[in-house]
Amino acid sequence: MQSFKNLLKQPGVLSIAILAVILLVVFPALLDNFRLNLVGKYLTYAFVAIGLVVLWGWGGILSLGQGVFFGLGGYCMAMFLKLEASDPITTKIQSTPGIPDFMDWNQLTELPLWWLPFKSLTFSLIAVIAVPSLLAFIVSYAMFKRRVGGVYFAIITQAVALIMTTLIIGMQGYTGGVNGMTDLKTMSGWDTRTDEAKIILYYACCLTLLLCVIAGTFIQRSKFGTLLLAMRDKEDRVRFSGYDVSMFKVAAFCLAAGVSGVGGAFFALQVGFMSPSFVGIVPSIELVILCAVGGRLSLVGAVYGALLVNASKTLFSENFPDLWLFLMAALFIGVTMAFPYGLAGLFESHIKPWWIRKSTERRMIKQRLIELEIEAAFEAAQEVQADSASAIAVPSANDAAELVIRRSAP
Amino acid sequence: MSSSTDFVLAIEDLTVSFDGFKAIDSLNLYVDKNELRVIIGPNGAGKTTLLDMICGRTRETAGSIKFKNEEMTVLPEYARVRKGIGRKFQTPSIYENLSVFQNLEVSFPKGRSVFGALVFKCDDEVKDKVSSVAREIGLADTLTTEAGLLSHGQKQWLEIGMLLMQEPELLMLDEPIAGMSVRERELTAELLKRISNNRSVIVIEHDMEFVKKIAHKVTVMHQGKILAEGSMDKVQSDPTVIEVYLGH
Repeated sequence: MQSFKNLLKQPGVLSIAILAVILLVVFPALLDNFRLNLVGKYLTYAFVAIGLVVLWGWGGILSLGQGVFFGLGGYCMAMFLKLEASDPITTKIQSTPGIPDFMDWNQLTELPLWWLPFKSLTFSLIAVIAVPSLLAFIVSYAMFKRRVGGVYFAIITQAVALIMTTLIIGMQGYTGGVNGMTDLKTMSGWDTRTDEAKIILYYACCLTLLLCVIAGTFIQRSKFGTLLLAMRDKEDRVRFSGYDVSMFKVAAFCLAAGVSGVGGAFFALQVGFMSPSFVGIVPSIELVILCAVGGRLSLVGAVYGALLVNASKTLFSENFPDLWLFLMAALFIGVTMAFPYGLAGLFESHIKPWWIRKSTERRMIKQRLIELEIEAAFEAAQEVQADSASAIAVPSANDAAELVIRRSAP
Repeated sequence: MSSSTDFVLAIEDLTVSFDGFKAIDSLNLYVDKNELRVIIGPNGAGKTTLLDMICGRTRETAGSIKFKNEEMTVLPEYARVRKGIGRKFQTPSIYENLSVFQNLEVSFPKGRSVFGALVFKCDDEVKDKVSSVAREIGLADTLTTEAGLLSHGQKQWLEIGMLLMQEPELLMLDEPIAGMSVRERELTAELLKRISNNRSVIVIEHDMEFVKKIAHKVTVMHQGKILAEGSMDKVQSDPTVIEVYLGH
């Protein structure tokens, strides 16, 4: 019990524990299946947001193209699911049965070679992380080795997002084009569309996310995390302390991309389709906003940011179909103007000090009460002493005080 | 000239030109083991550029820089640091958001690769080193302070401490006492004398009193070239030096 208490006292552990309880207990208890599935969908964006915390918040590298990696992860998963959904029996009305429907519509007569490995679940799961990381490596290695950074890097990532969308839409026969990959049904024979499956997927998504948050906390506490902060502050000092700064940036970028890919894969699984509308510039910027609203320095904050922004998006669009975009904009501008470090920053600068102040006050009041009690007991004892002729048999004032202290001790 | 020498640092025919302007012009400079060399010269003489070139921040147009007989011009900055060249910048360059302890800790020369940094453990060896360096630079009582809250002089010392963590064989300091109080200057002079016991140090400085106090040998630079070199007395009595620099 004591060691458990000590574990909770470690910085960051308590906030992760609270997040875990909210995700794994509170939400499933309060929300119906439809809403829970929505939360599951929001959480897939949280993967990207925590990747951005590492990359942008700690490393100071702003990427406006995280949608690309989310999308690539999603597409890798969707390709596997699509192949499984396109068995020769269900697709027998096609001119070429056994290939995905959009290929058939685009006059493809056989499965392209690069699609073949995605028949394997293991390969697809590895690809979910490896493909986004690989692209991230190529892009960032080329940039960071040439010392391209800051705003120029952000613009290039945005260009990558644009190129990727254009590529996906243009290669309709291979990617499903603008419609994306739809009608995803089963994973290795397991129907992902049933209520039960959705709940299992929700829990899987939550657990993976929590795992990523824990891994992120580990990174934050390692020298790698300290170096990211140091690089953001004084890049040259890090370089002239013997570190290959560009490789650290590449690593942070690949890490963020890999995590985003996992989010994309869960999205494809839970929502049942993947399309280029999650890849381009606009969704990429939205993902940065999630992170900014949640607080770009806090992993846990980023998860709440993803939940809050997406929940308000749903709420506003359900209730004010004409106004919701304005309301969203107001939320973004309001939060970023009032709290530059997002919800987590608000917590750190206002709620936490307030809580500490309150608890100190409470402690002081308690102490004062004990003091008063001791004084009262002391006076009572003195009265008794004065009344009685012999002082030996009567408890002394000290004894009385001791008694009270022992009684009021927890 | 011979390619193998006893010098810690041997710079030969070093030239850098920015759009035709030669900031460093066919410069030769040799620094001995355990020597404390001070470079002086008027503004724009190329002093800082020279340090930038030794540590790799600026790339040379021509010439060679040999550190312990090893050519440095082909190596990237971080590799030169790993060979043992430490550089302190003119304005205090520390990590303001990190504590003094963390500032020193990240300067410890282990876990310098990406994976190395992930598994790096702050063990007793690191802690001992941090506390001994902190004592050396007079910041032992402020280890938990956020570095941004230190005074200007303390920041300068902290950066020197960060370099000492790496045990460099050649330490280059760019105006280490700029903006320091008289007392801080004295302490810094003592610190420099102590740390030059077992390593070579190059210092750029303008304060002549300070230079007199610390220098083994003085090099005067002017327009990218070396004007004079020798003891402080010899340099001060050199008529050309008086002409371009001290006479002002």
